[in-house]
Amino acid sequence: MSVTILQEQINSPVELRSVYANTLSDIIEKNKKVIALEADLMGAIKTDSVQKKFPNNFINCGIMEANMVGVASGLSLRGFTPYMHTFGPFATRRCFDQLFLSIGYAKLDLNVIGSDAGVCAAHNGGTHMPFEDLSLVRAIPTAVVMEMSDAVMFENILHQVESLHGLNYIRITRKNMAQLYEENSTFEIGKGIVLREGTDVTIVATGIMLNEALQARDILAKEGISAAVIDMFTIKPIDESLLKDFAAKTKLIVTAENHNIIGGLGSAVLEALETSRAKVVRVGVRDRFGQVGTQEYLQEVYGLTAQAIVTAVKENLN
Amino acid sequence: MKNFSKQIRIELINMLLKRGFGHLGGSMSIVETLSVLYSGVMKIDPSNPSWEERDYLVLSKGHAGPALYSTLALKGYFDISLLQTLNDNGTSLPSHCDRILTPGIDMTTGSLGQGISAAVGIAMGIKIEDKQNRVYAIIGDGEMNEGQCYEAFQFSVHNHLDNLIVFVDENKIQLDGFTKDIINPLDLEAKIKAFGFNTVRVDGHDEEAILNAINNAKNVKGVPSCIVLDTIKGKGAEGFENLVSNHHVRFSNDQNVILHKAVAKLEEELS
Repeated sequence: MSVTILQEQINSPVELRSVYANTLSDIIEKNKKVIALEADLMGAIKTDSVQKKFPNNFINCGIMEANMVGVASGLSLRGFTPYMHTFGPFATRRCFDQLFLSIGYAKLDLNVIGSDAGVCAAHNGGTHMPFEDLSLVRAIPTAVVMEMSDAVMFENILHQVESLHGLNYIRITRKNMAQLYEENSTFEIGKGIVLREGTDVTIVATGIMLNEALQARDILAKEGISAAVIDMFTIKPIDESLLKDFAAKTKLIVTAENHNIIGGLGSAVLEALETSRAKVVRVGVRDRFGQVGTQEYLQEVYGLTAQAIVTAVKENLN
Repeated sequence: MKNFSKQIRIELINMLLKRGFGHLGGSMSIVETLSVLYSGVMKIDPSNPSWEERDYLVLSKGHAGPALYSTLALKGYFDISLLQTLNDNGTSLPSHCDRILTPGIDMTTGSLGQGISAAVGIAMGIKIEDKQNRVYAIIGDGEMNEGQCYEAFQFSVHNHLDNLIVFVDENKIQLDGFTKDIINPLDLEAKIKAFGFNTVRVDGHDEEAILNAINNAKNVKGVPSCIVLDTIKGKGAEGFENLVSNHHVRFSNDQNVILHKAVAKLEEELS
């Protein structure tokens, strides 16, 4: 791991879907055993460029997610490394038993990219808005579950999973995200990153909630509260030792996730700290379904804002 | 081939008798097909189950594992005494096929509809690499309730997977009763033909007919083939054949006697 943390997050112009298409092309260029699978959504993730360049390494499976996972299992049996993308709900809910048995239980390889994390699905609405994808995949033994923090991380992780066996789930938003890391940073799967140190509270977040956590930290600082911020991009296996260190240091842990508080990051942190004395408070979607709206509106509706984190900290810090 | 079918059936009945229960019906109905496949049709090396040049068999109706275990043991994939450990605690022969536990099992199956997609994926991978291996898959007629089967059919025809031969074991009985009473399958052969397969229907207990169908299918280019096997669930054990609830049986004393008699008869025919 060689991470350089930017001291100020930047508005990155790079869309994560472009990162996916470009990185996949780079990977296939060097490794013809990599196959990209889509279920009629290449237009949405811009992988049509990959199909044009490498028609032999690209399969559009049509709108048949269950079969797509099965095809991936067969390809894996023949020694290929499959990468599969579709929208998060269809990549998990729709084909859960296939992921569980044909990949997980059968001990085969598949990298799943689930796009439009939580409220980022915006105008696609409740049918396309996964608040449960991390929870589902986390329940599959040995699966690795990640949510990308920015474009720099996504590119690096796409390269890493090329040689990481098993079921790897990578949750992204297709559009641009705040950039947190310097170009060419490398990450270690399973290790959280301390974005900012602090002494009163630790905010543990993933995805778009990292930007909110950093803003919350600034607001809290003005009120004399010192908050650490941890990027816990690997939700499973979660970095237990880092969590325990910070639980001992700050006594209050606040988690922030663009996902149901049941089964996702907050639950994983609670499980990791079950024998700790630290208080853990979860900020996230409170057992609700999605709906249409702008991302900004939905973040307000579901309490996925810097202000919601600040409130949670102040209410729980003695 | 006929003798091999008898040997498979003897081992199969004996292993289920030892356990006292099991998926007898759906195992018995595919014995002749396995016998043909493993009598020279499939390119295999029992001493090297993961040989890259081999032909693949995905038993998508994974509950028929015992029939395949008997076949594999007789072919020398593992010691025949292992058959006595079916479903024992910690066994390498579980009720449903597991590619990690059992030498010669190409894919883990048991949740119906999934194996056929894996078979299609293997066939696709072989095409991508321009190799000559063939892929065989066996699905059940009850299994064809599962929508995933039809996803896999569409995919395999669209991608011209002529290295794939799918067998449908039409034994006409699923767990809760006759298929026509649970979800009427109508004309399976016509259905699969309509998806674009080269399709034929044969007597699933006639080794010669199965072999001919396979040889014909091998010559078909551009589309996958499907051989619908007209079979009898529980074939080979009088009193079990077409018994409506013979999917999974816990044997009564009478049934034990019937099965022992069936074994004795088969052994006599072999000697």
